[in-house]
Amino acid sequence: MSAEIGHFALIVAAVLALGQSVFPMAGAVRRHGALMALGGTLATGQFVFVAIAFGALTWAFVTSDFSVANVVQNSHSAKPLLYKITGVWGNHEGSMVLWCLILSLFGACVGWFGGNVAPGLRARVIAVQGMIGLAFLAFVLLTSNPFDRVNPMPPDGRGLNPILQDPGLAFHPPLLYLGYVGFSVTFAFAVAALLEGGVDAAWGRWVRPWALAAWSFLTLGIALGSWWAYYELGWGGFWFWDPVENASFMPWLVGTALLHSAIVAEKRDALKSWSILLAILTFSLSLLGTFLVRSGVLTSVHTFATDPERGLFILAILAVTIGGALVFYAWRAPALKGGGLFRPVSREGALIVNNLLMTVAALTVLFGTLYPLIVDALGLGKISVGPPYFNATFVPLMAPLILAMGIAPFLPWKRADLAGALDRLKLIVAVTIGAAAVVVFLEDRYSFAAALGIGLAVWAIGASAFELASRVRLFRAPFGESLRRTAAMPRSAWGMTLAHAAAGVVVAGITASSVWQTEIVRVMEPGDRADVAGYTVAFAGVQEVRVGNYLARRGRFTVSEGGAAVATLSPEKRIYLPQRTPTTEAAIRTTWFADLYIVLGDPHGEGGHAVRLYHNPLVPWIWIGAVLMFLGGMISLTDRRHRVGAPRRSVRPAPPQPAEA
Amino acid sequence: MRRYAAPILLALFLALAAPIPSAPAIGPGEALKDAKLEDRARDIGRQLRCLVCQNQSIDDSDAPLARDLRRLVRKRLTAGDDDRQVIAYIHARYGDFVLLRPPVDERTWLLWFGPALALLVALAFLLWRLRRPRPAAPADSLSPEAAARADALLGDRGDEP
Repeated sequence: MSAEIGHFALIVAAVLALGQSVFPMAGAVRRHGALMALGGTLATGQFVFVAIAFGALTWAFVTSDFSVANVVQNSHSAKPLLYKITGVWGNHEGSMVLWCLILSLFGACVGWFGGNVAPGLRARVIAVQGMIGLAFLAFVLLTSNPFDRVNPMPPDGRGLNPILQDPGLAFHPPLLYLGYVGFSVTFAFAVAALLEGGVDAAWGRWVRPWALAAWSFLTLGIALGSWWAYYELGWGGFWFWDPVENASFMPWLVGTALLHSAIVAEKRDALKSWSILLAILTFSLSLLGTFLVRSGVLTSVHTFATDPERGLFILAILAVTIGGALVFYAWRAPALKGGGLFRPVSREGALIVNNLLMTVAALTVLFGTLYPLIVDALGLGKISVGPPYFNATFVPLMAPLILAMGIAPFLPWKRADLAGALDRLKLIVAVTIGAAAVVVFLEDRYSFAAALGIGLAVWAIGASAFELASRVRLFRAPFGESLRRTAAMPRSAWGMTLAHAAAGVVVAGITASSVWQTEIVRVMEPGDRADVAGYTVAFAGVQEVRVGNYLARRGRFTVSEGGAAVATLSPEKRIYLPQRTPTTEAAIRTTWFADLYIVLGDPHGEGGHAVRLYHNPLVPWIWIGAVLMFLGGMISLTDRRHRVGAPRRSVRPAPPQPAEA
Repeated sequence: MRRYAAPILLALFLALAAPIPSAPAIGPGEALKDAKLEDRARDIGRQLRCLVCQNQSIDDSDAPLARDLRRLVRKRLTAGDDDRQVIAYIHARYGDFVLLRPPVDERTWLLWFGPALALLVALAFLLWRLRRPRPAAPADSLSPEAAARADALLGDRGDEP
């Protein structure tokens, strides 16, 4: 019964989405208050019914209702409860329902928290959200119905792909979708502004919290995916420039640009047309990502559900959404008036540098991802575009970006003095050059790359710390005064400083783990010892165990440092039942400054096993940095100027509002 | 029946486990004794695609083909080839697809130079826009009352980074 309820709820949600795309829009055009207000109600209704459908699907998974085809294909009665629940989105149909759920949630949020947005704009935003929702609900209902029944009902299910039976990957899709789909709101704001034909500084202000929220979740989602790849794929890598990774990275890059250009739009009334274009592009790239992953156009280790016919449907959504928005942009954007003037060297100029480099970086990733497909489609042969291409094109763009990031907070709006800013930063410049010089001295093989990476990391962290110190006048004013300034600092400033420093933390992690990784690959027999980066790892042997829904060969390694035992590590090779799929589970001991990473390989000779031991310096910083970026975004989001639920204003347009204390 | 379950499952497990490729990457005994040469072999390996895998370099893959290619790379290096010659040798035998760094030719000009070109065009456009003389900025010519109203609406937009 729950499947029918879910199916019915999805249909109701689609009908509500249709209403949501029509009524508020008509209300905005005719300036009809009641019709406009209907938008929020319909958006809430759509969310409620998609939530009912999602709940019904979850119920079918939790109760192992094997009369539902989707449950049969993706679940098993012996699976742990957690993975029964996460199995809901561990497949194509369910993940699209999750997509619709998050989309409708964001649409409803515009209604709930958008009280400070001008009613006409809000109505249009909600209508555009309704259109996107309608397209995706139609997609689910017409091509990917998760509620189809099977007859006769099989005794048990086929189980979830074991690679997805992992906490990291279980929560990766929801976070990623919160990011992807979150950018639908900024897209809707862009289209709504084009429909209204005017963008004022307030537009930038309304868009920023949504962009910030989406960006923060996307950051966390990408980081979680990368962390999963690191501990699960079993060779210590964390980023493979895989097409599916790139698909999530492109919206992040352009979304980061949007986050910064919206600041200029709000503060200086400039870059408005460009911000609108970025908002369109960010969501377009999110849709492109969905298309690439869901259609099976790209072969990739991450794609677990592919179907070319569905790809065609998404491609149609893609063409209408992106094409329509861009045509509309080309038509209406020239009418948008530019605002504040500024010199090339200024805060605005630095933010434009950010925008330019982020966008070109996204273009590089887009080219690298699609080029093999295009060359193949044109019959020009098969080529590969792999990590060497991305490293060669991406790093030269990121280096100036990070340099600009460090200095930008010291440049005032409109007109700045670059030499003066560098003079204020001379301590950090000296520390950066010193750090790079030390690295050149220490490292012979990759000295240039290592010095560049560590130099940039030191620069980003140092300049952010210095920015904080000079903001609170540390050591320049009495300590109490500094403390008072620290407490009074706006949350958005804290957020920016934290996120910028976090970028340096990530760069340090990437550089150190790539350049100074230690790797030992050898056959170990029980009793053998291996020395890795100051640790002695002793192999105690292998035992076979059965745990829940898998069988495992579990190695036992005792790790000692300076004669004292510090850890026991148990890497496994598992065979998941019932699919008999093998997985590798690395065992990791982290000190937060480095990971000791052990992978158990195949049996070798009498009682021996191939074993891989890695020591990855600073690798945890990659994910610590990403979490700090997320926190930066969240702290900034709580700033009263960003608060989406800021004091509600009456329907009259923009009465002056007293500044809060 | 139940007491046979565990041995049967274990036997099944071992039978299944044997032929399945395990954790990827270079296997024991493959590395060259000469550390400098081995470092070069690893660098080369990261630039060559495992042709039967999905998006893995031969350095990352445990597929038999990748192992053969790794051995071939090491053989050529030991024979005295430089890095470029080794890559050319493999390229000649396996075609463009094996190169993770695509060759620069008329097909890939856009790939290699497109982003840089886009950056230059954008920079040129920006400089042109910023240097062009323009009438007084409307934003700076708001009446004091309008400016005060806008500031009240936007709050303290001046002091944020």
